[in-house]
Amino acid sequence: MVMQSKSLIFHALLFGLYQILKHKARKYPAFRERLGEHNCCVQLRTKDNSAGRYFLFENGRVKSKKGLHPWPDVEITFETADTAVQVLIAPRDFQGRIDLMKNFRLGLAGSESLITWFMELLSLMQSADVLLNGNYGTDLGNGVKRYTNLTTGGPAFVYVKDGKILRITPIEFDETDALPWTIEARGKRFTPPRKATVSQYTLAMKSLVYSPDRLLYPMKRVDFNPEGERNCENRGISKYERITWDEALDIVVNEIRRVKKQYGPGAIFCSHGSHHLFGYIGYWISALRRLTNAIGMSTCMNNPDSWEGWHWGAMHHWGNARRVGCPEPYSTVEDCLKECEMVVFWSSDPESTGGVYQAMEGTIRRFWLKELGIKVVHIDPYLNHTAGLLGGKWLSPRPASGNAMALAIAYVWMTEGLYNKKYVAERTTGFEKWRDYVIGKEDGIAKTPEWQESETGVAAKDVRALAREWGTKKTYLGVGGPGNMVGGACRAATGTEWARSMVCLMAMQGIGEPGINMGNLQFGTPLDTKFFFPGYAEGGMSGDVFGSEMFINMYQRMPQLFTMNTVRQLVPRLRIPEALMGEPCEAFMTAHSTTNEQFMKFGYPAPGHSTIKMYYKYGGSYIGTMNDTNRFVKAYRNDKLEFVVNQSIWNEGETKFADIILPACTNFERWDIGESGNCGGYNQNSFLGLNHRLMAIQHKCIEPLGESKSDYDICYEIAKRLDLGIYYSEGMSEYDWCRRLFEGTDLPKVISWKKFLRKGYYVVPALPEDRRDPVALRWYADGEKKNTPEAPPAPCDYVGNWLEGIATQSGKIEFECSSLKRFDPNDPERPTITKYIPSWEGIHTKELYQKYPLQLITPHPRYSYHTHSDGKDSFINDIKDHRSFIEGYYYWIVRLNPEDAAVRGIRDGDLVKVFNDRGVVICAAQVTRRVRPGVAHSYESSAKYEPIGEPGYSPDRAGCMNLLTPSRNIIARSHSHAANSCLVQIEIWKEERT
Amino acid sequence: MKKWHMVIDVERCEDCNCCFMACKDEHCDNDFAGYSQRQPRHGHRWIDISRKERGSGSLTDVFYMPLPCMHCNDPPCATKAKNNAVTKRDDGIVLIDPEKAKGQKELVSACPYGAIFWNEEINTPQKCTFCAHLIDDKWKAPRCVQACPTGALQAVFVEEEEFRKMINKEGLQVYKPDLQTDPNVLYKNLDFFTKAFIAGSIAKSVDGISDCVEGVLVTLSKDGKKIRNIVTDNYGDFKFDGLEENSGTYVISIRADNFEEKTIEVRLTESIYLGDIYL
Repeated sequence: MVMQSKSLIFHALLFGLYQILKHKARKYPAFRERLGEHNCCVQLRTKDNSAGRYFLFENGRVKSKKGLHPWPDVEITFETADTAVQVLIAPRDFQGRIDLMKNFRLGLAGSESLITWFMELLSLMQSADVLLNGNYGTDLGNGVKRYTNLTTGGPAFVYVKDGKILRITPIEFDETDALPWTIEARGKRFTPPRKATVSQYTLAMKSLVYSPDRLLYPMKRVDFNPEGERNCENRGISKYERITWDEALDIVVNEIRRVKKQYGPGAIFCSHGSHHLFGYIGYWISALRRLTNAIGMSTCMNNPDSWEGWHWGAMHHWGNARRVGCPEPYSTVEDCLKECEMVVFWSSDPESTGGVYQAMEGTIRRFWLKELGIKVVHIDPYLNHTAGLLGGKWLSPRPASGNAMALAIAYVWMTEGLYNKKYVAERTTGFEKWRDYVIGKEDGIAKTPEWQESETGVAAKDVRALAREWGTKKTYLGVGGPGNMVGGACRAATGTEWARSMVCLMAMQGIGEPGINMGNLQFGTPLDTKFFFPGYAEGGMSGDVFGSEMFINMYQRMPQLFTMNTVRQLVPRLRIPEALMGEPCEAFMTAHSTTNEQFMKFGYPAPGHSTIKMYYKYGGSYIGTMNDTNRFVKAYRNDKLEFVVNQSIWNEGETKFADIILPACTNFERWDIGESGNCGGYNQNSFLGLNHRLMAIQHKCIEPLGESKSDYDICYEIAKRLDLGIYYSEGMSEYDWCRRLFEGTDLPKVISWKKFLRKGYYVVPALPEDRRDPVALRWYADGEKKNTPEAPPAPCDYVGNWLEGIATQSGKIEFECSSLKRFDPNDPERPTITKYIPSWEGIHTKELYQKYPLQLITPHPRYSYHTHSDGKDSFINDIKDHRSFIEGYYYWIVRLNPEDAAVRGIRDGDLVKVFNDRGVVICAAQVTRRVRPGVAHSYESSAKYEPIGEPGYSPDRAGCMNLLTPSRNIIARSHSHAANSCLVQIEIWKEERT
Repeated sequence: MKKWHMVIDVERCEDCNCCFMACKDEHCDNDFAGYSQRQPRHGHRWIDISRKERGSGSLTDVFYMPLPCMHCNDPPCATKAKNNAVTKRDDGIVLIDPEKAKGQKELVSACPYGAIFWNEEINTPQKCTFCAHLIDDKWKAPRCVQACPTGALQAVFVEEEEFRKMINKEGLQVYKPDLQTDPNVLYKNLDFFTKAFIAGSIAKSVDGISDCVEGVLVTLSKDGKKIRNIVTDNYGDFKFDGLEENSGTYVISIRADNFEEKTIEVRLTESIYLGDIYL
């Protein structure tokens, strides 16, 4: 009886499906067109044939009949009628559907292209009212539609008229949006404005979308013939010809098959930049990852590039592996405003780097420091933009002088008793050993302010004054732009010891006590951390439970097929050139969950694996962003690397080294979804850098330019050709995935999908005051259990009881690191206590220093999000402090002190060459007092690479400063870069201009 | 009659260029019939930011001054324009009619603030429009103001009387008042960009150890008259700001407990950091 009724329901539902198909075909010409793409028969039936209905697609029309067709092209088979009803009646129960597929109760048979076509048709049928009616966004009249989108520099409204982007603006909240929080401190009330800020590069994005450098169609290098001569040595100088998508993808897929057959696992390698145009479905850890897992590729082991010294050094003092060696940020804004008396910004320029993705949200908060009379000090070789804006005391140490100043500060505290003795005694271990080193008992050298002066160039009296003030005032230490992590000083030969000493200084002062913490108001706002929305690191639709942060939440909240890359070969990112040339190399692992992971060494090639034969390069440009990058250029031009495909949006950087170029589109040309500033995983709750939590649907604002496609669609097309179409897409379009992700968050509790689509964004109300999160590390200072709202160290990382203490062997902050004692207590590069170790490229490397007497620092660029908005004829190029327009070309800028300029006969605006043994870069000189003598400042991340002669062997005039930086690891036992230990010389560029 | 003004706080400008990018976003590739035609992709600076560095060594500071069209009450461009090509609206906004102004390249040099640019492609002079097309569509402010993250740029729509009050209360200044064009764009804290400072760091040396000296009374005098006192902070720093560049000779006198009074003569050209001054 039940079976019979299920059969009836089965038929009724399929009859209903038939009616909907006809209805949509009548209503939407575009749907009719899709329907007309194939003539075929699609049969749906139960396994025992007891129930069935087929659909006949013929010449653009669909007919359907109950029963079985003799020769269907596609068969969708349900184990029983019950199974069928379950799927059809609950189309949004994806866990249910996946269960059925995994347990073989739902089967698909037939040609790949027809199956995928039919699934796409069903998907479009359900989303037609939105996608084909344009039923999303806000109609403003006069033919103008307002959409929403997210960028690396904040959320934005996108106004579109006649299919073109009219303007991109910040989002100002309306009367229905949540009210902001207020912090009461010292008799004043502080409330942020009801809007979301954006970075300047977000405002320039229209010029990126409509850039003359956009790749509009697939291309093939003219002298590359996959069947014949490949001419690998010509990469970088060849011309390109336009080909069709079919031609391009056929070559790519044929090469995938050939290389796997010929060489075995590991022969295909994929790498991409660290960041991406914003959006979780389109992210490299989502759409690209599902494809690379499905194909099986060598994985790029990313060195912890932003964090280096924190990862390889600081982590040993206090764990925090889940935050790459850095501390949590909770409620530090409130604590700072209420309690703190001074903020020391050390290698910290949040006005320039926006805390990574937090646009200009922190700017207004830092003005409150002035209102409260909280003093600020800035330590940076360059008078950076935060220092310029806020004023305060500026100390300018030499680059790569590492922890010399910090040790001297510790010396003053130790000898004058200006530290928290109780905290040191009860919450730390190993202090005595470090103290003996600092005061000179161990090596006979007292690390006095006088001692550090010869290393840093900062007057002893000033360091002593700072130490005394710091030691007598409740002080926040803001390290790096975000205030609790990264910072240029950690990316130098002295980066490990610098970061270590930052932890030790804060341990002496009692980090976690009121008014004493790491931060600079860039992170730690009182937002609702309990409302669930993932970050991009949580894997999107990748299916990669173990290779992404999906295991934290999303594998349960957004059930999807599980994907797995069985190729176990890792390629160290910093040794990619060597790997591409088939040379063996080794490196240390980047730790993600526990400190000891970083002691594990791995080698390339992995045992039994092939070296790289095919490079699937995804966007970006290592040439402007990695170290010693002439190596990358040379690596492309060797014939061991048989095939290079580059999937990019613009023709820049490395694109011109590819054999096949696949044109991708920007986020404005496709669908996506996300939360502003939310990384997840390695940077949990990073939305705490914003004044409001804001999630947005990233509307498809315009059609993709030319023949460009979304990354998702490109990957899907490749997958289809390997019969992996359904495995890749699960029958979903990009839009469908956005809705699926939405349903896995807490948003459906507060806003419907329809409303979300129309309005575009949702602002999460801040927590009421009495439910705000506890202050970062207050629990630790108080000797209580960890009570901050994030995934703590794994239970097994606790030496005592769960949540008591931190993930070190003693359970406490260790001045003498037990992890290092275990690993190698005699490593001169990383002693068990933090010591001063002069830079291996700096003022003490006499011979080199004589040749190249300027210390170059290359911080993250201010005006472009890494390479994102640089070059490409973007508006950003017109910013005076980004590039200088001289003699018809936009030159990158190098900043030097008037003294150094005068000696070299260099005036402001002169074209100069910056050079060392690794390369030559031609720049425009900016003579400025903001840089101390002996130092040159130039941002990294040029998007363009334009050698004036042979690639890899001639000066670059586009501004890739990274051609000059060293490729040596900070310490041998790491996989790290020391960009800010770089000696150069600068001279007027007299050579012939092309 | 309410009028539009812009108030620009030099102390709050950090050269983020959000204003400049917002302006380009609005006006590149967009024609607004009756208001403006598109500006070229590169080359125009309808809001132009200048940098001023002062001092040297550890007492260096940097300030920025954004300069849009001044929307003068007595605009020289309007005077020079032929054809009624330039109009001043009742709400104070000055607009160049893109059709009527065709060919009038001389308008570029007519503006003493350099706020007018030539568009070769369409043969028309162009400048900041205060985003009049948006203002007339009920936007609260032009694009630059909307994009500014520090509040350095503010659009103020008030009666003249109220604006006078604001000028007095906040010490607003005209940039280059000698040009006498009566701008509607005024500056706050302009002195950081136009005036100079004399600064120094007081230190002492005892038994070969140098230390900063806090609490020292430093007096600035000119022509025998005392101008101001500053007490040094814990770095021994003092900074007398707001002085006219090239204003002659000043005398710094330093009085610290247990030390002889010290006097230094300073001939002020541009801002100067005297460096370490040892007692």
